[in-house]
Amino acid sequence: MLRRISFTVAIMVILSVGKGHADKPFIIVQSTTSTQNSGLLDAILPEFEEQSGIEVRVVAVGTGQAIRNATNGDGDVLLVHSKPSEESFVADGWGVQRFDVMYNDFVIVGPADDPAGIAGRSDVVAALSEMAKSQTVFVSRGDDSGTHKAEQRLWSETGIDVNAASGTWYRETGSGMGATLNTAIGMQAYVMTDRATWISFGNKDDYQIMVQGDPRLFNQYGAILVNPDKHPNVKADAGQAFIDWLTGADGQAAIAAYQIDGQQLFFPNAVQ
Amino acid sequence: MLEQVNKAVWQTSPIMDPKAPTVLELCDIRLIRDEQHLVNIPNLTIRQGAPTLIMGPNGAGKSLLLRLMHGLISPTQGRVDFDTDVQQAMVFQRPVLLRRSVAGNIDFVLKAHRIPRAVRKDRVNALLRMADLIPKARQSARTLSGGEQQRLALVRALALKPKILFLDEPTASLDPSATHAIEALIRQANDAGTKIIMVTHDPGQASRLGGEIVFLHKGQVLEQTGVSDFLTEPKSTAAKHYLAGGLLF
Amino acid sequence: MQDFASSLHSSFGMILSGDAQLWAIVLLSLRVSLTAVMIASVIGLPLGAFLAVSRFRGRQILVVMINALMGLPPVVVGLLVYLMLSNSGPLGVLQLLYTPTAMIIAQVVLITPIIAALSRQIIQVLDAEYDEQLRSIGLSRLGSIPVLLWDGRYNLLTAVLAGFGRAIAEVGAVIIVGGNINHVTRVMTTSIALETSKGNLELALALGVILLLLALIVNAAVSFIGQGARQTAYA
Repeated sequence: MLRRISFTVAIMVILSVGKGHADKPFIIVQSTTSTQNSGLLDAILPEFEEQSGIEVRVVAVGTGQAIRNATNGDGDVLLVHSKPSEESFVADGWGVQRFDVMYNDFVIVGPADDPAGIAGRSDVVAALSEMAKSQTVFVSRGDDSGTHKAEQRLWSETGIDVNAASGTWYRETGSGMGATLNTAIGMQAYVMTDRATWISFGNKDDYQIMVQGDPRLFNQYGAILVNPDKHPNVKADAGQAFIDWLTGADGQAAIAAYQIDGQQLFFPNAVQ
Repeated sequence: MLEQVNKAVWQTSPIMDPKAPTVLELCDIRLIRDEQHLVNIPNLTIRQGAPTLIMGPNGAGKSLLLRLMHGLISPTQGRVDFDTDVQQAMVFQRPVLLRRSVAGNIDFVLKAHRIPRAVRKDRVNALLRMADLIPKARQSARTLSGGEQQRLALVRALALKPKILFLDEPTASLDPSATHAIEALIRQANDAGTKIIMVTHDPGQASRLGGEIVFLHKGQVLEQTGVSDFLTEPKSTAAKHYLAGGLLF
Repeated sequence: MQDFASSLHSSFGMILSGDAQLWAIVLLSLRVSLTAVMIASVIGLPLGAFLAVSRFRGRQILVVMINALMGLPPVVVGLLVYLMLSNSGPLGVLQLLYTPTAMIIAQVVLITPIIAALSRQIIQVLDAEYDEQLRSIGLSRLGSIPVLLWDGRYNLLTAVLAGFGRAIAEVGAVIIVGGNINHVTRVMTTSIALETSKGNLELALALGVILLLLALIVNAAVSFIGQGARQTAYA
């Protein structure tokens, strides 16, 4: 009997904890894995929450899924990195207005022995062509994310049909950046990643940056308020307050201040 | 009422009183499965009074007949007539005890029939005393010995004071002393006015309990007669063979 | 792989340090999965018992369907619940997406078939033993469901624990409908997924060890409670 009572009490305690969040105003930000996995949002959000009293709940998925979720009205703010998709999101009326927030760049990483011999290249299109010619394995996100879309734009410049090579030397994981990096390292393959995720990634093995510095590897992040005319439940004021902060002096300074191992991960470039 | 044992009445009661009221009547009962006539009884009347003992070789349909009478299975055709107000109960060859205490097993039956709590308590105690299980009342029913389990199953069947009690070889897997305890309880119920209808294989048990024999062979009733007549002068050859085998055994 | 030993070591370090965030995640995991198991049991146990004792046309089809639903992929469940709870979905007005409630709903959908299918099997075996006796007492087939559930309670615990095991270990559904939001819907499994994607494999493995311990503790607690009662009621 005593046992039964103590068990019931334990259950009640467990079921009643962690319910203290509901009273605070909050917004949902549909964002991308790079902003979360790099630790950026964890670093800068407390400052905004303290200033505004608004809690920011981040759902970190690929850019493609983030945009689809926002289109469904499941979020107040979109913070992603695929400018063409963002612009059509706004053009179709799902978003109010797009704001530049920050940028970093993509890099191509590979094993130290560099089987395709591309280390030190700064022409990314030439490096990709080299890889295709030597049939060295390249791992793609394959998940309609911002990184995946950027990678596909680069492949289309090479004129190589990677879809035809899918499953041979071109392998699509259909997963997030981290999972894709883990997979690529597992098969000693080349992979394209944003620099922020790479710097903060904990399972680098002997991998190194092979290609960087090409202007075509530029990676711009933008913020958009989901259109309250389409989805009345959108918290327009709180959401816009967050975008204003991100693109304002405080937010931009916070982004610039975030570093890992002395390296800055994101570079603020909002139009002030 | 169950406690009133009257041996004198038992021994002198008329075995077959044609004027005794009918408790059960089978009319044109057929049980057919896979085109086999498992039970085929044009008419069988069971009257109030001493026990009715169903005997017959394995596969004769004894257990099926008992279940047909009790209503656990439906006949392919025909009907069983009985007074629907009359309470029935059944004891199975292997006692089916619920996973609860000895007292809880009896209480469950009473509760299922919405007997008030105050009445239940006294009734449970009386039945436990009858089965000599008072010291084990709180124990798990499934930890009882085989004999104790069957005693419990029997008094549990008596909980609602049934007018008809069906028993399907209740002592088949018990030793002689446990068998005698069960027979004593059966006698007690009979004396209290419960009609006993029981399947047995044991001629000794039949003669100890007395009453009438319904001899079943290949689903048909070949004889319905007093126990001593049946055991000494069976009319059908099937019964003669059956008893000869039984005695040899 | 020396990772495992060091993960084991660091998982104990995390437990002993009493890291507040870790505890919040552990408790949220328990809260979500235990609530889901309770709701799924309230639905699944009687449903399983009903399927075990009832005899109606189409029952066999229903049994096969529920057995098949045991293999529901969590991601599919997550997607279905997401589509229901999304602001563009029929239940969007409830504003439940990205809350622990949404995760509970997804887990209930995921494990109710498991609990129903397993309890159907358990009750059917018990019913084969009890059926004639209960009908002799005068209970109808449906009327015998409460007795069968009560008397089968120790075996049914296995079905409930199977449901709990699936719920606490599942990531595909809760990450879609919960969003893995820090401090709100982040549970053990989504944390493990997140740390893996950050390449923090040792931390991910350490969290996995803690999840395993959690499942072990719950199972041990349940069988410990069952033990005492079983000795008096069940042989």
